Amino acid sequence: MGAAPEPTPGRRLSGARAAMALFIARRLLWTLVLLVAISAITFLLFHLLPAADPAVARAGRQPTPEQVAAIREQLGLDRPWYVQLGDYVRGVFLEFDLGHSFINEAPVGELVGDRLPNTLALIAGAAVVWLLAALVVGTVSATRPGSRADRLLMLGALVAISAPVYWLGLVSLYLFSSDLGVLPLLPGSGAYDTADGVLEKAGALVLPWIVLATSFAAIYARLLRSGLREALSEDYVRTARAKGLSERRVVLAHALPAAVTPLVTVLGMDLGILVGGAILTETVFGIDGIGRLAFEAVQRGDLATIQGTTLVLAAAVALMNLVVDLLYAVIDPRVRR
Amino acid sequence: MALLEVRDLAVGFDTEDGRVRAVDGVSFDVDQGGALGIVGESGSGKSVTALTLLGLTRARNADITGSVAFAGRELLGAPERELRQVRGGEIGIVFQDPLSSLHPLKTVGAQLVEAHRAHRDVSRAAARERAAELLDLVGIRDARRRLDSYPHELSGGMRQRVMIAMAVINEPRLLIADEPTTALDVTVQAALLDLLRRLRRELGMALLLVSHDLAVVAQLCDEIAVMYAGRIVERGPTATLLEEPEHPYTWGLLGSIPRLDRPRARRLQPIPGRPPSAIDRPSGCAFHPRCPYARDEHRRRGPPLVPADPEADQGHQVACLLGRSARRALWAALRDGGDPEEAMRRAGLADAGEGRA
Repeated sequence: MGAAPEPTPGRRLSGARAAMALFIARRLLWTLVLLVAISAITFLLFHLLPAADPAVARAGRQPTPEQVAAIREQLGLDRPWYVQLGDYVRGVFLEFDLGHSFINEAPVGELVGDRLPNTLALIAGAAVVWLLAALVVGTVSATRPGSRADRLLMLGALVAISAPVYWLGLVSLYLFSSDLGVLPLLPGSGAYDTADGVLEKAGALVLPWIVLATSFAAIYARLLRSGLREALSEDYVRTARAKGLSERRVVLAHALPAAVTPLVTVLGMDLGILVGGAILTETVFGIDGIGRLAFEAVQRGDLATIQGTTLVLAAAVALMNLVVDLLYAVIDPRVRR
Repeated sequence: MALLEVRDLAVGFDTEDGRVRAVDGVSFDVDQGGALGIVGESGSGKSVTALTLLGLTRARNADITGSVAFAGRELLGAPERELRQVRGGEIGIVFQDPLSSLHPLKTVGAQLVEAHRAHRDVSRAAARERAAELLDLVGIRDARRRLDSYPHELSGGMRQRVMIAMAVINEPRLLIADEPTTALDVTVQAALLDLLRRLRRELGMALLLVSHDLAVVAQLCDEIAVMYAGRIVERGPTATLLEEPEHPYTWGLLGSIPRLDRPRARRLQPIPGRPPSAIDRPSGCAFHPRCPYARDEHRRRGPPLVPADPEADQGHQVACLLGRSARRALWAALRDGGDPEEAMRRAGLADAGEGRA
């Protein structure tokens, strides 16, 4: 050791860990602030620009002004907006109370809680399908640029990107569903709702997974192909080859990790948005998810539910962003600062 | 038999703009434990030559011909599997920019361990031990701790030391260094050249050093080959090449190096013009558009690489259409600060000016 005291490896490592913990804590705090802001904005959006007066909706057909006023007082809607806002935000974050849906006659939290697992099962399975497909297609394409396989796969990707989900869903039902398919291989529409047990539920989700995953798989495959092509021309990939590594290892262990990093961002966004937005797939396959809940709420002017689902969507996007940032720090040491 | 024997190596790439003739018939040897420097401007084909030896320029659009024999084995047509054993095993290579050449997402240790285990059947722990040893050998202090560093946490000089450690971790018989000090500042450059010299001695490696900088090459190599437009235009033992260069391009290179032993009054002389395009090579002698001594016929006839003095040292070769006496007279005039015009007249080249028209 020289005259200058250098930190020992142990101290340095724990320093890195402390920095990481601080980073996570800071991001968590920010996410919380963000969520409070989002809940306030959703509240204001729907209350200051009233499209449907909840008191009127509650009062039934042709209510007298007195009835409406009574209901308004009963629901606390006659109080100043900032008091209501404070109540709402406090309810959401301290009591996990998303409000009450008078149209569904149920707490919004309960409605969301019933539907969320269905949506999550749909999205998670689809994400696995599209990531696997994109990894295979993107890697095969990128390592054989201009080859017949590459051109065929990229053409297929273009078709898949252009196919609308409702069309793809109906075609897949027509082809493969057990009740009306030409090749009755898989459970069709509505099967998820009636399925019992994890295995049967998963079986009922196979078609929805594939349908929801198709366009994502195509987009991700194209993103990965270009990312991987770029990575393969990097100097460090040349170094990996110059070390005498197999081409397989060069691609999978050196080029791929660098090419996948940007995909993490896109994946985080997509997953977050899908929590509130797999409406088409949910509708075609009769799955009771968040997307359908929100859609029905909009149709019926169910303000509390609209607010609740919006908040869930926003929270999902914010949380996925947090996860992406954390993943980045894990993947890329240059981010940890 | 030399350790590395390169014969008539030619590398072309088909591009949308036409065929790039990067290397155009190059032959040289590197002896066991010897050191050859290849010097030239960017685009002269020196780096492509170095990369091609290890099959690193193989591509769909590449056309590679000639012969590269390493320790008696032909590498040019060798299957990838065979080539992989040579890469990083018997031949190590160091590239120009250590930051982009090291994987940004992997620790230094992981990259060194991987290089070692690609060629030696050892445990991860043993490879890590070896990696620490190597970092120590290349002069990185606190080597064991540095194994856990990422490339971006190191200085440029340290990164290049890591690259060198990685290239020599399997004790190769030949180290190829492609512009190893170009991306670094001058003091670091000197330290790294010292390191290369020491490693060569300690490990008994042969060295193929590629650089645009004649001064760098002269410090480390016993022999120098000067490349221009994909060909070797002059080659010889370092001392001969520096003292009695015979190619006008080599004179140009020497004239553009600052020297303390020369009067300040003498300006550095840049070589006029630009390096030629690798797609449209000049006819005849490729250097003729930039050569002050070119004559009309030099545009039509290309010079072969032949011994500078057929009677003497066969190791000194030059590809120039000027006569030997004319070359010697011109160099004598340039070296002593005399008048090249006068020398040209005396060498019977007085008509050169008009001839170039």
